[in-house]
This record gives sequence, C-alpha cells and structure tokens, in this order.
Amino acid sequence: MLRVELRAQPSRVWSYASPLLALVLTVLIGMALFVLLGKDPLRGLQVFFWEPIRTPYALGELLLKATPLLLIALGLAVCFRSNVWNIGAEGQFVLGALAAGGVALLAGPDSGRWMVVAVLLAGVAGGMVWAGLTAWLRDRFHANEILVSLMLVYVAIQLLGFLVYGPWKDPLGYNFPQTKTFEAAARMPRLFDGSRLNIGLPIALALAAGIWLYLFRTLSGFAQQIGGLAPAAARFAGFSSRRALWIALLVSGGLAGLAGALEVAGPLGQLTPYVPAGYGFAAIIVAFVGRLHPVGIVLSALLMSMFYIGGELAQSRLGFPKSITGVFQGLLLFSLLACDTLVAYRIKWGK
Amino acid sequence: MEQSALLLASSLNAGTVLAIAALGLLINEKAGIVNLGAEGMMLCAALAGFATVVATGSHTLGLLAGMLAGLLLAALFGLLVIWLNTNQYATGLALSLFGAGFSAFAGTGYVQAKLPEQGPFAVPLLSDLPWFGPALFRHHPLVYGALALVLLLVWWLYRTRSGLILRSVGESPESAHALGYPVRRIRLGAVLAGGALCGLAGAYVSTCYTPLWVEGMIAGKGWIALALTTFATWRPARILLGAYLFGAVTMIQFHLQGQGINLPSQFLTMLPYLATILVLVLISRNPQWIRINMPASLGKPFYPGA
Repeated sequence: MLRVELRAQPSRVWSYASPLLALVLTVLIGMALFVLLGKDPLRGLQVFFWEPIRTPYALGELLLKATPLLLIALGLAVCFRSNVWNIGAEGQFVLGALAAGGVALLAGPDSGRWMVVAVLLAGVAGGMVWAGLTAWLRDRFHANEILVSLMLVYVAIQLLGFLVYGPWKDPLGYNFPQTKTFEAAARMPRLFDGSRLNIGLPIALALAAGIWLYLFRTLSGFAQQIGGLAPAAARFAGFSSRRALWIALLVSGGLAGLAGALEVAGPLGQLTPYVPAGYGFAAIIVAFVGRLHPVGIVLSALLMSMFYIGGELAQSRLGFPKSITGVFQGLLLFSLLACDTLVAYRIKWGK
Repeated sequence: MEQSALLLASSLNAGTVLAIAALGLLINEKAGIVNLGAEGMMLCAALAGFATVVATGSHTLGLLAGMLAGLLLAALFGLLVIWLNTNQYATGLALSLFGAGFSAFAGTGYVQAKLPEQGPFAVPLLSDLPWFGPALFRHHPLVYGALALVLLLVWWLYRTRSGLILRSVGESPESAHALGYPVRRIRLGAVLAGGALCGLAGAYVSTCYTPLWVEGMIAGKGWIALALTTFATWRPARILLGAYLFGAVTMIQFHLQGQGINLPSQFLTMLPYLATILVLVLISRNPQWIRINMPASLGKPFYPGA
C-alpha cells in the first residue's frame, strides 16, 4: 500500500520538478487519448508542440495569445499568495474589455495616438471596479470571495451581451451582435510587419518584472505573502488583512482588465459576444503551474498558449473539437496538484 | 390563477436541481470537505445522462449514469484531497475546469440529438385538483424525491450514530481519529455521496429539466448550489427552502417576459447570479453566525501522522 509521509522541509527539487512531471503526465494521457480516438499520437504532439513555434508568424501568434494569460496569471499570483481566492478573473477581463471598448468607440478618424493610453487605462479601471466589488462585499459583509467573484463572471458576460445586442450594436453591422470596428487610433500598435503581435507583450513582460519586484523586494509585497502563509503572524506584525485583500483584488482586477483591453483593442478590434474566451479560468492554471512566481508564469503562459493554438490546429488539421484544449488544461492542473504532493510529502511503500 | 400555479410548479422543478446538488455538497461539507468541482461534476453527469438516454431510451438509466459519472469524478477528487492532501479549493477548481472542458469535448456529437418524450407525470387523484393539481402534483418523481432526501438527511445527520460520526469528522477530525474512527474513509464516503447527488442533479438537468445537451448548460447551478449550503447555514431543511427560492428567482424571468415587462433579457438572466450575491451578503454579514454553524474544520486537510 502506498502511503505519504510528511517531509521535515518542503522539497526544493520537487517544487521545480513537479510542474515538469505534471506536463509529462498530461502529454502521456493526451497521447493515450489520441490513440483511443484512433489518431496518430505523434501527429498530435507535432500539432501541439512544434507547429506553434515552427514559423515566425506562428511564434508571433503564440506570444500574442500568451500575453493575456500572462497578465491575468500575474495578478492571480498576487491573490493566491495573499490567500485571496479570486476566481472571477474572467469577469474582470470582460469588464476591462467593455470599458476599453467603450473608450475606443469614442475615437474618431482624427484622434491622436494618445487614445491607446486612454483605452488601456479604461481597461485597467474596468477590471479594478469589478474586482473591487468583490473586495468590498468581502471586506464589508464577509461574503465569500470565491462565489462572489465567480457569480460576477456571469453578470459581466450578460452585461457584455446587453451592450453588443443593444446600445452599442454597429448600425451598419447587418444586425450582427457586435460593435463597429475601432478606429486605427484606438488600436494597439503592432511590433513588427507580418505579425499581429502588439505592444501588449512588452507591457506584460515589464509588469512581470514589476510584480516580481513588488512581491520579493517591497515590504507591502512581503506583507501580502505573510498574510497568506500565516495570518496570525501577519496580525502580530501589524499587517492589515483588509489592506491585503484590497491590494490583491485591485492588482489582479487591474491586470485582468488590462488584458481585456489589449485583447479587444488588439487582435479582436471590436466587442462581440465572443470576448470571454476562458482566459480568466485558464490563467488560474497558468498561475499554479508557474508556481505563483512571475518567471514561472511567463513560461507556463507560453505553455498554455501552446495548448490553445494546438487545440485550434487539432480542429483544422485533425478534425478534433477545439474544446480538447479544455481537457488538457484540466488534466494539467490535476496532474500538477497530484505531483505537488511530492513537495511536502514523501511517497513510501509499505504499511 | 393558472399563471401562478405554473410559476410555482416551475419554481419547484428548478429548485429541485439546486436542492439535490446542494444536499450532496452539504454531506461533503458536514465531513469537512469543500468540493468546488460541483459545476464540473454536474456538467459531466449531464452529458453522461443525456448520452445514456440517447443510447438506451431509458430516462432512469440516464439518471443512474449521471450519478455514476458524478461518483467517478468525486472519487478522483477525494483521492487527491484526502490521501494526497492537495488543496481543496485548487483541486475543486481543477475538477470544475476539467469537467467543463471534458464535457464540451466529449459532447460535440450530441448537440443536435433529441431525447424520446417522457410521459406526463401525475399523482393519481390529487393531480386533478384545481390549481393545486398543476402546481404540486404533476411533477417528475425526483421532485418528490428531493423532499424525501431532505427528511432522510435530517434524520440521519441529527438522529443517528453514523450521522453524528460524520459531523464529528467535519468538526474535529483529530478527535474523531483519536477515538478510532477511520476519518479518511468516512470523508471519502461523504465525497462519493456528494458526487453521486451532484451527478443526479446534473443528469436531471439534461434529461428532464431541459432535455437537450449544450456546452456549459449547467450555467453556474453547481456554484449556486455551493452558495446555498452557506445560505442555509448547513441545515438540510433550509437548503430546500433556499433552493425553491432560487428556483423562483430563475423562473420569474420567464414570467416577467410573459407579462410583457420590457427589460432587456440579459438583465433578467442576471437575476439568479445577483440573487446569489445578495443572499451571500445578507447571510455573511454576521461572521459570528457563520462561525457557529460552519463545520469547524471545513476546508482543512487532515493528516493522521505516522
């Protein structure tokens, strides 16, 4: 019989090895799934791990998709490290997209380039407001943040639906539920010709560095983490748990909102009912697989982006439903959680 | 008259889904385990139930298949949480994400499928009563099953020895362990029972409540059921009451639309989610109240040592 035994110290080796082992497990299960469904597993591997990096254009798409995942997951890392369970990042992403879209719609043909800044700031504000709602209800009424933030996802999606089916619908859009395409002045500047990659990527990378500095080099970041690890110790040290709650939710809401702004004013270029693509939920997995550490999250965002692009390719090349991405995402998180047992425990045979 | 009877009937029906799932989650939570995977289990069970009815034509088998699906996923969850001591929140989330992904993936072939008609249900004699007949006595047997389940749970949790043991495991697993009770096996049993009930609720949605399959069709009912356990301060009878209340909130949107009230449909669709938030706020306002009623070691892992 297998049994687990508590380690005296969490294993450093396993805390790095566990995400890798989880990835290997997910790939193995994925290949088994391909075999079961009568597809060539090697072709599957190629579609998921080689095609997305084969050409410069594909690489650009990979980075483009990794950007919102990276941004949202960075915010969630701050939340989860503070023991604040914000799982409504999807809603904050949608609200950011809505606010950014609202500003972008104001741009005319002769608006200046400063519109881009306004659009991004609106996105941040939108996400912050939505997350702030959760923080307020938690702070003032002790309402559980998991359920509140999640319920607000559904509310945000309905709000988006109302706007694109109603007041914001493009009058020249053949009655499709979408806004008009944003003016060029409000769109994110691209980095290179021949790629859709835009300024979102450098912004996200800079913010990753910023979050690293905040978490590991400032007193406030330290207080956040102590509050998460040892609430009693944080209280004795005089770190306010209410402050930690607000910071965690506002930072993650702002980052998710920024991701929403970059998405609508970047690759999408307009608001449609398809803005919520599940990035807010996928980013939860990104955050955990990246060990809640900015550097790890950069890597895991790339991995998750591969899953997304691989899923799309599996649909067009192999005739799979695109939702296979969701299966792999779930499997990855399951495997990670199981492998993480090895960090705190030793697995032993015997009675 | 006729309108109000129909509103009551549809509220009871909608509430039944929430009640069964929430009662399952209650069993989990009484044993100290929070399963945030309810939504995922319900989605997979909805698909399993739907696919089974398509294949066999039997609605009973469909409900059983849903229970089995919920049970299997709960077993996976239980294994991770109880034996590998993984974080309950994270593992439940993983289950919800996996369930959503897997059911969407495996269900693509069923989106257009139709189910055979189910005969109308009627309690003999009583169903012919004016008003009360259509309101109360023409329901699927499971609607009455939910009532029976509540009675059963009240009796079991508060009037039997095994119910007391279950609660003790949720209050203080260390003490229960010291007294020689197999804490982890009891918790696994609770998790499995909860999974089976969530599965039953999920399969009821796709085979009886709205007989069709679409991706993500549970639409947050699993999460609302989770909120219900808090709302009910972990009391079975209050869960039933809360579930019917939420059923009414869900249903009122259709009736408002029928009455010609001109509110954009999106705002009506928001109602159950807003109501959930409102209810959580109202009930959580007084932290003392929650602390007294909540199983004391809810969400905390139990490691029995060497």
